Amino acid sequence: MSEPLLAIQGLSAGYGAFQALFGVDLRVAEGETVAVIGANGAGKTTLLRAIAGLVPATAGTVRFAGADLLAVPAYRRVAEGIALVPEGRRLFPSLSVEENLLVGAHGRRPGQWDIGRVLEVLPVIEPLLSRPAGVLSGGESQAVAIGRALMSNPRLVLLDEASLGLAPVVIKRLYAALPDIIGGGTTVLIVEQDIGQALALADRIVCLLEGRVSLTGTPASVDREDITAAYFGKVRT
Amino acid sequence: MSWANAAVQGVLLGGLFALVATGLSLSFGVMRFVNLAHGDLAILAAYLAVSTTTILDVNPFVSLLVVVPLMAAAGYLTQRYVFDRTIGPDPLPAILVTFGLGVVIQNALLQHYSADSQGLDAGSIETASIRLTDDIAVGWFPLLTLGTAVVVLVALQLLLSRTRAGRAFRATSDDPDTARLMGIDDRRIYARVMAIAFATVALAGVFIGIRQTFGPAEGPSILLFGFEAVVIGGLGSLWGTLVGGIVLGVAQALGNQVDVRYDLLSGVLFGHLLFLAVLAFRPQGLFGRQGRA
Repeated sequence: MSEPLLAIQGLSAGYGAFQALFGVDLRVAEGETVAVIGANGAGKTTLLRAIAGLVPATAGTVRFAGADLLAVPAYRRVAEGIALVPEGRRLFPSLSVEENLLVGAHGRRPGQWDIGRVLEVLPVIEPLLSRPAGVLSGGESQAVAIGRALMSNPRLVLLDEASLGLAPVVIKRLYAALPDIIGGGTTVLIVEQDIGQALALADRIVCLLEGRVSLTGTPASVDREDITAAYFGKVRT
Repeated sequence: MSWANAAVQGVLLGGLFALVATGLSLSFGVMRFVNLAHGDLAILAAYLAVSTTTILDVNPFVSLLVVVPLMAAAGYLTQRYVFDRTIGPDPLPAILVTFGLGVVIQNALLQHYSADSQGLDAGSIETASIRLTDDIAVGWFPLLTLGTAVVVLVALQLLLSRTRAGRAFRATSDDPDTARLMGIDDRRIYARVMAIAFATVALAGVFIGIRQTFGPAEGPSILLFGFEAVVIGGLGSLWGTLVGGIVLGVAQALGNQVDVRYDLLSGVLFGHLLFLAVLAFRPQGLFGRQGRA
């Protein structure tokens, strides 16, 4: 079997003295959609930020498309094909929506995504193009954040808490559109607190507990109790 | 000198203040970086122009061709290898390091050029003027200074608002972490910004050297005027910087009109009072963005 697109082995990472990940192993095959679930503070966001390069790894290896990723500085990882849609969208508030999309293409790898195609899959953005990104609603911001990531022609999209702070109806619409938006062939690693959405979307789920992998499996192969145990840890009797 | 003439001279003087303030405004706008050696860099550039005009036997305006690129390169390298290490959530290291750099520049200039005041001789343009009315005459050199400030600020504004590089500057200013996710090397952006800041302050320094005599210790007062222009105009706004410089210049010129007993000091005092009034009543400045720190 050939090497998976993303191969993480024994990854530890944290912020200064605080360690958030302890020896995490994770493999994501090309074209696969993997959901990372877990409680607040389990290390999900840190995992994505470490893959994107915003949090330094203190131990372990991360290989992407067969090459060592940890040696690549954060600002060059987008050219390798990694795009993070960060928690809280993190649009550039003083730039217009159109400029946010264009900045998304700043250091991109070659490919076919452009503003026209982004508008095709995310038509909600079209009337907003000339508006400052700082004034958008949560759902609009999320659409722009996803569009901005697509502009980089990613091979791997890291989607962090896409549903956080959105109205349930917007979440439903977003998740229904997500497979189309990201398109066939793009690999997706998604962090989600809404387990129902995660199970519905993902080919495989990985549960983190206090910085360690506590469960991994396909949505069909894990039952509710497994997830509860992996999510909260063993219940003491 | 009539009031109208004083106001006109103030506007022209404001061009010089705006030119001094451009680099401060830009580096604060993009990376929240305050360079306390900014005024000393202007004086350093004036001294470099003294050396260039002496060695090459050229007009101070020609020396700009040497001094400005030299200072831009120095800015790039200083950011990359010195200032970068001070950038972080705590503003104190940047303040200490740039303050120290200012002391080093002042003493190096004192050592090399002595404490004697120097001047740059640009020839007849220094005194040539156009008489607009019986009362008002406009000097060619102050006009050139103001024109240069306007051209520099308009060019920078266009760079920021219309180009791919400018978009990267603004994105980095908004959120450097997320900008890195887009493939923008924030450290390189910072180095470029500092190169521009050094280049514009070099321009200002040479103009100051042509306008008046100067000594090694004059940097801090230039920094103060630059600061006042930036704060009056509004932090991080280039248009504000131009207007802030002009408002400060007019306040000083009109202040001189009010009371000549204390010589030039009363004008400077008026400028400071205006600055304090802006801080007290409109701390975000005339054109400043409100809210975000």
